[in-house]
Amino acid sequence: MVFDKQKVEAKAKDIRVNSLKMIHAANSGHPGGSLSIADILSVLYFGGQLKYDSKNPELNERDILVVSKGHSSPAVYSVLGLAGFFPIEDTISFRQFGSMFQGHIDRMRVPGVEMSTGSLGHGLSNALGVALGAKLDKNPKTVFVILSDGELQEGSNWEAFMAAAHFKADNLIAILDRNRIQLDGWTETTMGLEPIKEKLEAFLWDVQEINGHDVSAINEAISKAKAAKTQKPQFIIANTVKGKGVSFMEDQVAWHGVAPSDEDLTKALQELS
Amino acid sequence: MLLLLLYSPSTVNIFRMGAAVEIKKGSYKLGEMAATREAYGKALLEVGALDSDVVVLDADLSGSTQTKHFAKAFPDRFFNMGIAENNMMGVAAGLARAGKKPFASSFAMFAAGRAWEFVRNSIAHNHLVVRVCATHAGLTVGEDGASHQIIEDIALMRAIPEMQVLVPADAQEAYQMIYASLDFTKPTYIRLGRAKVPVLFDENYNFEVGKANILTKGNNVTVIACGVMVYRAVEAAKILKEKGISVEVINCASIKPLDVETISKSVAKTKKLITVEEHNVMAGMGDAIASALLENNISGFKFKRMGVQDKFGQSGQALEVLDHYGLAVSDIVLEAEKMNK
Repeated sequence: MVFDKQKVEAKAKDIRVNSLKMIHAANSGHPGGSLSIADILSVLYFGGQLKYDSKNPELNERDILVVSKGHSSPAVYSVLGLAGFFPIEDTISFRQFGSMFQGHIDRMRVPGVEMSTGSLGHGLSNALGVALGAKLDKNPKTVFVILSDGELQEGSNWEAFMAAAHFKADNLIAILDRNRIQLDGWTETTMGLEPIKEKLEAFLWDVQEINGHDVSAINEAISKAKAAKTQKPQFIIANTVKGKGVSFMEDQVAWHGVAPSDEDLTKALQELS
Repeated sequence: MLLLLLYSPSTVNIFRMGAAVEIKKGSYKLGEMAATREAYGKALLEVGALDSDVVVLDADLSGSTQTKHFAKAFPDRFFNMGIAENNMMGVAAGLARAGKKPFASSFAMFAAGRAWEFVRNSIAHNHLVVRVCATHAGLTVGEDGASHQIIEDIALMRAIPEMQVLVPADAQEAYQMIYASLDFTKPTYIRLGRAKVPVLFDENYNFEVGKANILTKGNNVTVIACGVMVYRAVEAAKILKEKGISVEVINCASIKPLDVETISKSVAKTKKLITVEEHNVMAGMGDAIASALLENNISGFKFKRMGVQDKFGQSGQALEVLDHYGLAVSDIVLEAEKMNK
């Protein structure tokens, strides 16, 4: 499949627009971390890196994506809607009573969601389990997990980093949404994470570091990770900007978990158009 | 009709959505001393041979939990996760998502205690069928003392939505439970013990989720016990019989779901209930039973919860620690006598 950069970028924009509409309609949700992973999700679903069948979500040959940062649900629901798992228009019921689109992603309610997450520090372990299961079955699928940077403060991730290398889970690709901001502020002032690359290398993972908003770079990094013959799990540090694409949200801690007002939304959609 | 043909007197077949698991009976002699963890290890090895989807995870305790037998026979399907129980439960959930039938083992303190939130969110909230087989539960871990004597696990696990909570009374029951678990459709906590206790059931016993079984019929008082306390309840009933008190002893291996019908009938008859568990009396089996009875309009009965009275445990030999915390056979006898005065 030829990588269609324009299409991937256009879909990333659609993810951002729909995410903001959802959060605005719900008057609740997490815009910052949804905007920061839009390009990564777009490369996976529209750049040909993730094998899926929206009409057959449980297809055995599919790849698996676990989104460990379950609060980025608007971006996840948007990309799944755009990919045809359900009508994208439905996502406007986000976070409302009776909606299938729960505040944090829920696999029992939304086709295409592989694991329910929300409590940070679970997704990597879950993805590792799926990866080990696939290896037992000699199923050639790739298992992706998108991690938030703040969630690396949860110790379970480091248990999982250790275990993934120990079991040579080379079918596992972790992509870190390195937007440098968590709820209380900058990661490095809240609880410093650096040097992430060196830490992961010391945990015996292959590590790449890229611009997480350059869709070509994301695509190449994933291709390289898939092709690696090192028997190591693969880690991609995607340097991102929280709130990417909307000037007044970019790098602003305040936009971690606050809904845009009518005025904010209008302004944001203008910037994204 | 075809299904009936598969039935034989020595086996019980459970049929669900076309899948059938034949529950094999353990070859234990009545009165033989065996730990439920040993039966777990034995049955696990056998179901591993039976079903290639069975995978086992342990956290550096395979020698103690008895998963070592499976590990030796099926090294590819055994994952020693190191001393890292949270990740173990998260990985077990992922393996279940990949279509496997995971058994995740550690000491109950770490499986139910340390990793509670992983059992809750990775496993139960994802509706993934993982069998959390936790050994060394309760006071009878003995010499290790209070840090390892979890007396809160039944409470922790029964509070999780849809989680099944099972406590086998002996090796036979534990053995059958493992076979039955292949066919479970809900995540399940199985509480296993370290100490050797007398075998109470022979091959005529049929374990079933949601069923309590009456061990001795009686009219004066109902004694409901689980786990290692069941044999002590049976012993107490023998002594009480000589004293002219007729005890109905019920084994409550399935704490969730609870067999409200069997329990209600008995308590409605005797009007006296003693619950016995090696667990804190707070939110354990006794509380589960009392609540269910009251909701089922059974009231006006005398009631005593025997268990650990909201204290931490301490080191000692398993059975002597049980005695110290008021769980001796003589303590059950005393309570029953008090109630029947």
